[in-house]
Amino acid sequence: MDDLTIARSLFGTTMAFHIIFATLGVGIPLMVLVAEILYQRTKDAEYAIMGKRWTRAFAVLLGVGIPSGTIAGVQLSLLWPGFMEVIGRVMALPFQIEMYAFFIEALFMSIYVYAANRILPWMRILSLVLVVIGGLASAVLITNVHAFEGTPAGFKIVNGRITDIDPWAAFFNPSFFVTAGHVGLSAYVTGAFTIASVSAYKMLKCDFGSKIYKFHHKALMLCLLTGGIFAFLTAINGHESAQGLHEYQPEKLAAAEGLFVTQSHAPLAIGGFTDRKSEEVKWAIEVPWALSFLAGNSFDTEVKGLHDFPENDWPPLFVHTLFNAMVGIGSLLILVALAAYVWNKLMKKERFLKWMLWVFVFTGPLAILGIEFGWIFACTGRQPWTIYHILTTADSVTTSGNIATLFALFTGMYLILGIAVVLVLLYYFKRHPAEKELENEDDAGVSIYT
Amino acid sequence: MTNALIAITILWGFVFIYAVMATMDFGAGFWSMVYYNRDKTKATNIANRYLSPTWEVTNVFIVNIVVGVYSLFPGAAYTLGTVLLIPGSIILLLLSIRSAFLVFSHVADDYRKILTYISGISGIIIPAFLISVLPVSHGGFVDFTDGKHILLLKDLFTSPNEYAFIAFAICSTLFLSSLLLADYSKAAKERDAYEVYRRDSMILGPITLASAFLIMLTLRTESTWLYEKMMDHLPLLLTSLFFFIVGGLAIYLPKDKNGIKGYPRLAVISVTLQYMIASYVYGHAHLPYFIYPGLTIESGFTDPSSFRAVFTIYIVGFLILFPGFVYFWSLFMKDKRYVRQKTE
Ligand code: HDD
Ligand code: HEM
Ligand code: HEM
Repeated sequence: MDDLTIARSLFGTTMAFHIIFATLGVGIPLMVLVAEILYQRTKDAEYAIMGKRWTRAFAVLLGVGIPSGTIAGVQLSLLWPGFMEVIGRVMALPFQIEMYAFFIEALFMSIYVYAANRILPWMRILSLVLVVIGGLASAVLITNVHAFEGTPAGFKIVNGRITDIDPWAAFFNPSFFVTAGHVGLSAYVTGAFTIASVSAYKMLKCDFGSKIYKFHHKALMLCLLTGGIFAFLTAINGHESAQGLHEYQPEKLAAAEGLFVTQSHAPLAIGGFTDRKSEEVKWAIEVPWALSFLAGNSFDTEVKGLHDFPENDWPPLFVHTLFNAMVGIGSLLILVALAAYVWNKLMKKERFLKWMLWVFVFTGPLAILGIEFGWIFACTGRQPWTIYHILTTADSVTTSGNIATLFALFTGMYLILGIAVVLVLLYYFKRHPAEKELENEDDAGVSIYT
Repeated sequence: MTNALIAITILWGFVFIYAVMATMDFGAGFWSMVYYNRDKTKATNIANRYLSPTWEVTNVFIVNIVVGVYSLFPGAAYTLGTVLLIPGSIILLLLSIRSAFLVFSHVADDYRKILTYISGISGIIIPAFLISVLPVSHGGFVDFTDGKHILLLKDLFTSPNEYAFIAFAICSTLFLSSLLLADYSKAAKERDAYEVYRRDSMILGPITLASAFLIMLTLRTESTWLYEKMMDHLPLLLTSLFFFIVGGLAIYLPKDKNGIKGYPRLAVISVTLQYMIASYVYGHAHLPYFIYPGLTIESGFTDPSSFRAVFTIYIVGFLILFPGFVYFWSLFMKDKRYVRQKTE
């Protein structure tokens, strides 16, 4: 492997690892906030217990999310110095503002966790709101850098030099709002369904009708409802993202859909694998005219095919599969949430069937896979560019060698941390089962760490 | 002042704040390991009480420095990124292990000891690598030929100057943190822990001073340009020494009205002043170079419009955050209910 490939693998691995904790770090605080608000309004101690347990899980996840994010931030300048030179000149604002988002999250997270018993109820809510805002803001801001990579704006290049820099125009680049919205919404989807998975699993393990069963049932319904709403919003916004690709990065859309020939009334290929030789998507279900309609809201829309672009600039063709997997997961999550609602609230069935609970168990991991597929699609689908049509990945990469050793070291460490964090979480919740806390409901309102 | 000078001053401020916070942070982690088995003195509890809420905030500062460098001096980003790939990666690996296991150690009671050891030891090595950035920036260890920038690792790790810096970093970490924890445990009315940390700081103070002299001694031969420019500020260096002595006297000599020896609060303040003055002298002498002699602050400075935007953000962000910091401080450093809580 050459240095470029190793650098890409290393950075991709770092991001794939960080994104799990980052997404949960955005998503879980929202669920805690929902629980805390419900508790303060209903005085139902079970909501307080939920909030506390989720907070503790979140605090443990932070222990990996923060260092892995630190790695991501520093590695960006260590591995891609050519890229960061341009970003530093033109697109420094989101990084800078993000620092304040991190500070807000870190300060008020510590206050919420370690001072919960010493501050007033409204101050607890305010601290949590600030944690939620801080987490969302850090996601939105870093995503803005990613959005800029796809739709650069706010500068000109004359004779290889960057001039006419307008940092705010770069900040509000064309895909900022849509992309940032998508990442924020999908993080809430992931946070909610991940907790739903745990609740469903616990319900499988305890007796129907017991206190503990009802507790997990309550949590499950809360998460499925929240997750379902956000999954729906994510899908609508994802549709806008795709239209953004049609407008600004047509070759990425062509690769995502496996479309080779430019055409109006273009068909939508669902599923399957793009085959470069025969230039078709194998084993796909084709929906005639649908792609044109999705891209431009009319069947006449002309969608560009890959042949309109030099083959050297084609993104890898497997992104079609990733894209479809993400969309498939999104659609499935909406269906699952809807079905659960109909079953429980409209058909008034108190009890979920066993296989249904197993389906819920899988929603969390699926949501995380959706995040992974989406990101790999977005980053790899931009290849060979780090900044679309301006800076290539090959020109961004570091010139110092030795990256293979680093790749091995970092991957090893992610493995260790990944395993350790799972063990710690399992250990902690085994030692502190929900049953115990339900027995002592009276002191549910106070300190997070007792 | 030129814009580049303003920018480097801001950056210096971040580095200084981080240096102080990080020494406290890594030091506290180390002490909580050292005194792990001494239940009686509560020294470990004191260290943890300080550490639990603060490590995240401290960590944001190091990210802030990295971001500050490439947003204010993007021209330096390329060279720094290339040169620091290896040391930077080592720091990242250690930092991750340290933070993660620190958090784990607070959660997994049965494995607390081993987890505390892992985070304590990895934590105390980090300052050694962090400070290595300084000797690298003095030139001499970077090969600039053919437009490539290569860090000469072997030269770096055989240089006495590098080891003087490493010694200084580790001593300072232990010294500053024991001083701070002495102050913290005095406020917590934990008499035993106070005596432990006071003793540690009394031992480490002189050693730290010696390592600082060692730096100057080795600098003289290895980076003469820097040594000479620092010596231009001799009066300031002597002032710095003066504050160190004040700090030393404050911890060694007086008895307060309760008959407890030492005024740790005064010692913390004067020693912090001492570090501030000394690092001002160092930073001033280092100008105008990022990496001597190939990379200056002017050559790396960002575009004026970007600088204006970033600068505005600094001001606005600071105004928004300041109340948050004050509130945080009042909850964890001053609130007697937290500082003096019963230790189980
Ligand atoms: C739970 C996660 C999740 C779910 C259910 C979806 N997405 Fe997504 N998607 C992401 C998580 C995600 C992401 C990981 O957050 C990405 C990666 C980069 C980005 O901006 O968001 C993304 C990117 C992304 C992009 C590429 C943007 C770009 O490259 O600039 C498009 C076109 C869509 N999505 C479209 C959709 C559609 C039509 C969905 C319909 C259901 C959908 N996504 C569901
Ligand atoms: C919003 C934050 C992100 C930014 C700013 C960003 C930026 C970058 C940059 C600069 C590169 C290197 C150059 C390139 O290959 O284009 C890259 C590559 C990559 N990133 Fe992202 N990235 C982000 C999020 C993610 C996430 C969350 C993932 C998780 C899966 C990811 C996966 C990858 C992969 C796999 C590569 C290697 C590309 C390849 O080899 O094809 N990225 N990204
Ligand atoms: C869309 C992708 C990303 C999201 C949603 C995201 C979100 C977050 C969140 C919420 C945190 C706080 C820790 C936690 O809650 O677990 C965090 C930490 C961090 N992230 Fe990411 N991040 C993303 C990608 C990136 C990238 C590409 C970088 C690198 C430039 C980065 C740099 C950091 C840093 C430096 C931290 C640690 C901050 C600290 O010290 O507190 N993140 N991220």
